[in-house]
Amino acid sequence: MSPSRLYTASVTPPLPLSSFNVSSNFCTEENVSECILYINQELLSLCFPPIFQNSDSISDLDAVVALNNIYDLLQLHRRAVGMMEELEVEQLKSSSDLHYQHLTNSRLKDQLELSKKENMRLHERERQLETNVKTLQNCLKDTKEEVQRLQGIIASRATQYNHDIKRREREHNRVKERLNQLLIAKKENKQGMEVLNYIGRSDGRRCLWKTGKTESRHEGDMYKTLLNEFDNRQRELMVENTELKKVLQQVKREMVGVLNSKKMSQEEEKQSNDMDQTNSDEDELLKRHHEMSCDHAREKLTNSIRQQWRKLKHHVERLDSQASMVQDGDSEEVISKQLHEEEMERLKLEIQQCKEFIQTQQQLLQQQLNTPCDEETAAVLNDSYMLEEKERLKEEWKVFEEQRKNFEMERRNFTEAAIRLGHERKCFEDDRAMWIKHQFLNTTFADQMKPQSRMADEFSKHSGREEKLISISGKVSKSHL
Amino acid sequence: MNFSEVFKQSNQLCKVSPDGKYLATCVQYRLVVRDFSSLQIVHLYTCLDQVMHMEWSSDSLFILCAMYKRGLVQVWSLEQPDWHCKIDEGSIGLVSSRWSPDGRHILNTTEFSLRVTVWSLCTKAVSYIKYPKACQKGVDFSADGRYMALAERRECKDYISVFVCDDWHLLRHFESETQDLSGLEWSPNGCVLAVWDSCLEYKILLYSLDGRLLSSYSAYEWSLGIKSVAWSPSSQFLAVGSYDEKVRILNHITWKKITEFEHPATIMNTKAVVFKEVEKRPVVGSEDLSIHQLTVDNSLFSTQSKYEITQLPAQVPVIKPDPERANPKIGISALAFSADNRFLATKNDNMPQSLWVWDMQRLSLLAVLEQTAPVRCFVWDPRRPRLALCTGNTKVYLWSPAGCVSVNVPVEGSFQVQSLFWHCSGSSLVLLSKEHICLCYVEAEEEK
Repeated sequence: MSPSRLYTASVTPPLPLSSFNVSSNFCTEENVSECILYINQELLSLCFPPIFQNSDSISDLDAVVALNNIYDLLQLHRRAVGMMEELEVEQLKSSSDLHYQHLTNSRLKDQLELSKKENMRLHERERQLETNVKTLQNCLKDTKEEVQRLQGIIASRATQYNHDIKRREREHNRVKERLNQLLIAKKENKQGMEVLNYIGRSDGRRCLWKTGKTESRHEGDMYKTLLNEFDNRQRELMVENTELKKVLQQVKREMVGVLNSKKMSQEEEKQSNDMDQTNSDEDELLKRHHEMSCDHAREKLTNSIRQQWRKLKHHVERLDSQASMVQDGDSEEVISKQLHEEEMERLKLEIQQCKEFIQTQQQLLQQQLNTPCDEETAAVLNDSYMLEEKERLKEEWKVFEEQRKNFEMERRNFTEAAIRLGHERKCFEDDRAMWIKHQFLNTTFADQMKPQSRMADEFSKHSGREEKLISISGKVSKSHL
Repeated sequence: MNFSEVFKQSNQLCKVSPDGKYLATCVQYRLVVRDFSSLQIVHLYTCLDQVMHMEWSSDSLFILCAMYKRGLVQVWSLEQPDWHCKIDEGSIGLVSSRWSPDGRHILNTTEFSLRVTVWSLCTKAVSYIKYPKACQKGVDFSADGRYMALAERRECKDYISVFVCDDWHLLRHFESETQDLSGLEWSPNGCVLAVWDSCLEYKILLYSLDGRLLSSYSAYEWSLGIKSVAWSPSSQFLAVGSYDEKVRILNHITWKKITEFEHPATIMNTKAVVFKEVEKRPVVGSEDLSIHQLTVDNSLFSTQSKYEITQLPAQVPVIKPDPERANPKIGISALAFSADNRFLATKNDNMPQSLWVWDMQRLSLLAVLEQTAPVRCFVWDPRRPRLALCTGNTKVYLWSPAGCVSVNVPVEGSFQVQSLFWHCSGSSLVLLSKEHICLCYVEAEEEK
């Protein structure tokens, strides 16, 4: 129940006292008996003696009882009112207490919030101070280390200085001793050079006098040397510069080429076209200003290269991301990473296999070369193989030799025979000629007819013999061949 | 690889003539000149005292022998053995003596660096230069021999004088911006003079030939600074090694640092190759113990060694220097460029057994050689990219881009190689032990 409601409830008087004076609507002249009955019942219920006995007469009203009852009721009423008042007061008190408690509660809550915040703040501050302390401690440690290091340095410097001082002091003492020696020395050794004869200068020229001209010449020589050096260096740097510029140009051109060869979106193409245009312009410009190498051209070159590089980088990044997402057989230019890796693995395996193969080959080769572990057995083995061959060859050779000898002999025989034959033939020819001559001379004209046939016979005999001889010589010559 | 026989020398004085034809050695007070190809003695000279310094003249016709104790310098002629020249510095003393580039003047520095006397062998003229500075490298001649730079110290300030070697005319004299000049060096093209400060301040100044300050470079303050400096043969780079174990490379156009080479104790670089020298104990099998083997082959008594490639990451042995001592053994003490400008060899003093080789084209570490003893000396071949080094034992080591090899010097007794240098043709090495020399003829090809 809200306190205001109780309060209003308690404000309203329980019963308007004034209403008792005026007859209320409860009892009228008509319903007296009912009222009396009702009141009786009520009184009975409240443990009061009844004012009306259960009789037949209606107006048998016990006045004393009624008055007592009324008095009791009044007392009750008063007590009740008093109690109610007390209760009301108590209620007021408690509600105000409650209110007060609520107020204090909220106040305390606020206070609690505030103090919590304060607490957090203090915690935070504490943490900060702790970190501060830590950093300061670290600083302190560092500073201590620094101090130690510097102390070490100071110590080493001090030892160095001491060492130096001692050395100088020793030298100083030596000088003093030497001075003393010189002071008391009787004979002073003069400095001097003895030489058999003076020799010529190494370059063959004569020594020159020291004049202002030589001095200026020396100065001139010195500056010439320096200038030469500067010139050389500048030349080298120029050469290097042009080389680098060429390389940059080439790189740029290649980048442009690479970027253009890929399928790009229209706007990129357009951009690249524009870039190409400007690039070609720049190329022209650079070629013209090549020797002058003005800053502007240089800057343009480097800027354009940077731009191209950025584009290339983007492109490559895009390709990379594409490759990681793309499946097989998407585009012939874009190979998926997986395929690429597989390819690499395969190639690596192949290389490994080839290497192993080569190694085994080498090993085998080595073995081949090294197998004769013992020289002698190897030699023996070699020899044994050779021996067979040798033997075989020897035999064949022998056979050939024999045949050759035979042939030689036969040839000799045949030549002898041929010679003999030649001789014989010659003799025979001579004989024949003689015989014919004789015959001819001997036979007269008379005997011409007769001995002609005989001559013919003789002639035919001789010719037959001759034929035989010829055939033999022919055979001989044939076999001789 | 062939080795010659062993000859005596004293004071590590053994020099090849600039034309490569002769080899001069000093044995106590004698000067022995040999023909380089046949090693026959060509001339023999006797000096008045033990020779402390010996130098060939640039035209290979004269040799100077300096005897510091007696303050004497004697000059000998190869063409005329009976020609003699003696320079006596008298009571003023002698601390150093050197030829001028034309081979006709001798520069003597007196004791306490009081002055430099220029003696002429052509004329009677004598020049004096006052207030020379006694420092690590106070005098340098340009490569073409035309100019000499000399560091001077007057009234607690450093000055640099540039002389024309022709007639010793003072060309330029200017104040140097160093606190305490420690050294100066001409660039190989003769146009730039690098001047560096002592180790207490990291400062390197670059002066032009005419005395203008071109640039100044300082990597850091307060800690110990520059320890060594080297020009590349093309004058393109200037390598500065410092006590913080780093080498900084400056370029000749802007004189700014283009890179720095670090020498960490753990090598992580995957492109570098780490060669570690491993000694093999000789295993004596019963079949080897023949008298023949023992007398001919020294292998029983000297350990063989070979190089092994170590897996990366590799640890480099570090020796911590004593912090109490001055000039601590830490930092890059030696730098050398190869003749073709492609490689740089460095040695870090707190990793004394290692030698680092850098590729100048890629500006990165190429190889690290880890020896069994501290590296004593390393020299590049004047013709090829080939590095010879020695560590004081009986071996000489060669590195080339193809690989490394370790060769035992096959000399009876033991020949402890203390230092070495190449012949100007790059075909042979001269090895020096404490009292002997030995020549090593090297082929052009390298085996791995």
